[in-house]
Amino acid sequence: MKIKETIKLYVKYASVCTQSVMQYKLSFLLMIIGRFILAFSELIAIQFLFSGFSQIKDYTYGDVLLCFSIIQMSFTFAELFGNGFKAFSGMVKKGEFDRMMLRPCSLLLQVMGTRFEIGRTGPLLTALITLALGIRHSQITWNILTVWTMAAMIIGGTFLFIGLFMLEASFCFFSIEDTSLINVLTYGAKTHGKYPIDIYGKGILRFCTYVIPYTLIQYYPLQFLLGKTRSWYLAFCPLGIIVFLLVCYFIWQFGVKHYQSCGS
Amino acid sequence: MKKYYRFFQLRFATGMQYRMASVTALTTQLIWGLMECLAYKAIAEASGGNLPMNYSSIVTYIWLKEALLVLFNTWAADNELFAMIANGDIAYELCRPVSIYSMWFSRTIGARIAEAIMRCIPVLLCVFLMPKAYRMTPPVNRVSFLLFLLTLFLALGITVTFCMIVYMLCFFTISPQGWRMVLTGAVDFLSGNIIPLPFFPKKFLFLVELSPFAYMQNVPFRIYSGDLVGAEIYPCIFKQIFWLVTLMFLGIVLWKQAEKRVILQGG
Amino acid sequence: MIEFQDICKSYRVARRESGIGNAVKSLFKREYNTIHAINHISFSINDGEMIGLLGPNGAGKSSTIKILSGILTPDSGTCLVNGQVPWKNRKAYVRQIGVVFGQRSQLWWDVPVMDSFELLQAIYSIPAPRYRNRLDELTQLLHLEDLLKTPTRQLSLGQRMRCEIAASLLHEPRLLFLDEPTIGLDAVSKVAVRGFIKKMNEEHKTTVILTTHDMQDIEAITKRVILIGKGQKLLDGTLEDLRLEAASAESETESSETDIDHMIARLYEKLNIM
Repeated sequence: MKIKETIKLYVKYASVCTQSVMQYKLSFLLMIIGRFILAFSELIAIQFLFSGFSQIKDYTYGDVLLCFSIIQMSFTFAELFGNGFKAFSGMVKKGEFDRMMLRPCSLLLQVMGTRFEIGRTGPLLTALITLALGIRHSQITWNILTVWTMAAMIIGGTFLFIGLFMLEASFCFFSIEDTSLINVLTYGAKTHGKYPIDIYGKGILRFCTYVIPYTLIQYYPLQFLLGKTRSWYLAFCPLGIIVFLLVCYFIWQFGVKHYQSCGS
Repeated sequence: MKKYYRFFQLRFATGMQYRMASVTALTTQLIWGLMECLAYKAIAEASGGNLPMNYSSIVTYIWLKEALLVLFNTWAADNELFAMIANGDIAYELCRPVSIYSMWFSRTIGARIAEAIMRCIPVLLCVFLMPKAYRMTPPVNRVSFLLFLLTLFLALGITVTFCMIVYMLCFFTISPQGWRMVLTGAVDFLSGNIIPLPFFPKKFLFLVELSPFAYMQNVPFRIYSGDLVGAEIYPCIFKQIFWLVTLMFLGIVLWKQAEKRVILQGG
Repeated sequence: MIEFQDICKSYRVARRESGIGNAVKSLFKREYNTIHAINHISFSINDGEMIGLLGPNGAGKSSTIKILSGILTPDSGTCLVNGQVPWKNRKAYVRQIGVVFGQRSQLWWDVPVMDSFELLQAIYSIPAPRYRNRLDELTQLLHLEDLLKTPTRQLSLGQRMRCEIAASLLHEPRLLFLDEPTIGLDAVSKVAVRGFIKKMNEEHKTTVILTTHDMQDIEAITKRVILIGKGQKLLDGTLEDLRLEAASAESETESSETDIDHMIARLYEKLNIM
């Protein structure tokens, strides 16, 4: 019952946001195209790079495309739904967040709802093209488990990035303005996550497992998806993101409490 | 001339203040660059040394890109100016007895150089001390370093004149942010910010070299890293000058048109 | 019924000095100043009362409002609004309050006002028939008929403020906070807003707490005034009490101004709260 109402309210927010954006159709179109170009140029870059060789540390061109597309898709969805967190410092400064605290519904819902931006879907097209290319070039045997693995990677990735955006937003509560370090974790992960993480070496692989669990949605399930291992349980790694998300949520909650006691 | 110097100085000072507090920005850039180096290292191993640029040149290229990021980025260009056009404050600027084009040009260049200096010193200090595989190399020789500096300034000029054209376009469209996104997305790729231009296939590269974008960061970075040497350099410098003049001319023409519009609409 | 008992609130503010040298220093060591925004303030307000909260900029008015609306937790003291502590159980508490910020908008800029209202209906989960009735009433009282289908960005400031006020009252709050509701409005809009607030109070017994710098707002709307300066309550009484206090300040400076703004200015100076 409550979940149903929450979803209804979110959809309502999303539709008002979309309606607002549609007031400026040209702008909207250009934003989508612009974001598409940005993502598409990265695809072309991979294409260009791979003209010089056929394999990078055991991964074929198709494997890299799949990896790129999954990360790109996760990130795009995360930006679509979690855009509010990225605009959060502005919301705090303009008093918008105070206003949200005056309303009898979840703060997270309001933050995410008020900045739903349909224009963020531009890179999705690139991701879909890449996915199609990747599937054609790779030799994955498709069955329920592999389809699950891929879906779980995308959804898990979305939640991972949303968690990171939430973390970034939580910093605003402690008046930390400089968020460039966390940008590395979001944008950096999107950009560099197009290659399977192990090509960067052991150290990075460890960081991406124990500090920020990227490997749960990329490296480990990918090994299973690409048939490099028979360990089927790796397909369920993305479920671990739930824990990460909870941690981020607690930090957010802590931030809200802090904000209430310190003001802005 | 003196008043343009004042605009330059003002932006320089504010740029300094903001950037002092960016220890984190340095860390960010180092991580970013290092990740890129690692990727190219894997690529270099995969290709068996058969890359269009050798690995150590790539590393140097990457670090120069990080160190001088603000000189050449087209996406985070002076937001103040965009805001000014959008909210109509441009009317105040028009009241000042200066040429808007020259003022904005000097402002933008001032801001960029100030920021670049603040950022590049710590970045360079770090990258010269990196482990050998990721270390930036010193310039090949004195001549190439001088040529690097020369082409660097020309490239900055081209980038800024290009940005000026983007600013000017704001007067003619209701969605400057949208155009900016499209343009900068394309320029980012074509100027070699995503992958260095030598990695482009021949035919594609030929087309890019007909545009001004190949003469932005591409030229100085490759001269420094020793990828662009000897007689190849001089036509590049010539083309840089050509594009600088052309883009500036275009920007001024556009500005004259824009000015008419602003006056007609009353700001 | 509002009970505001011996509330204190202080902030730590990072001190920042100009100059490059200081900017470098602040990287390593930050110095803080403590500001006592509210220093042992107490008052109580009955249901259906309309009070004006008065004081110069930075006196502690907005901190008071923030505490009363549950956004801010005080350092010490107790506060009960209709038996609830504002900063506990936020979602239940905020249902009964409405807030209008004169300087900020809660309406969506690019969509018709109606759509903003409907979103608010969903946020407060107001049942449809009840929402209809309320909207009809507000539309009539604030003359919104022609405005509801217009996007907010096309409204004049006065029109927008009328819609803002309606938006804050859709869920029938028992307590209404007005933070500078007439700022920047023309005479006609000001009169309309003031008339409406009084009407709301008469018909629904809505408690109103008003902060403003416009003394005419106070004169027109409230009977009771609370004067705050430098985080302390300096006066709690009728407008007449305030006048007397100001008049005594007046005699000291031997000024003959009768304009209320001048009187207030003099009073602030006398109390040394600027």
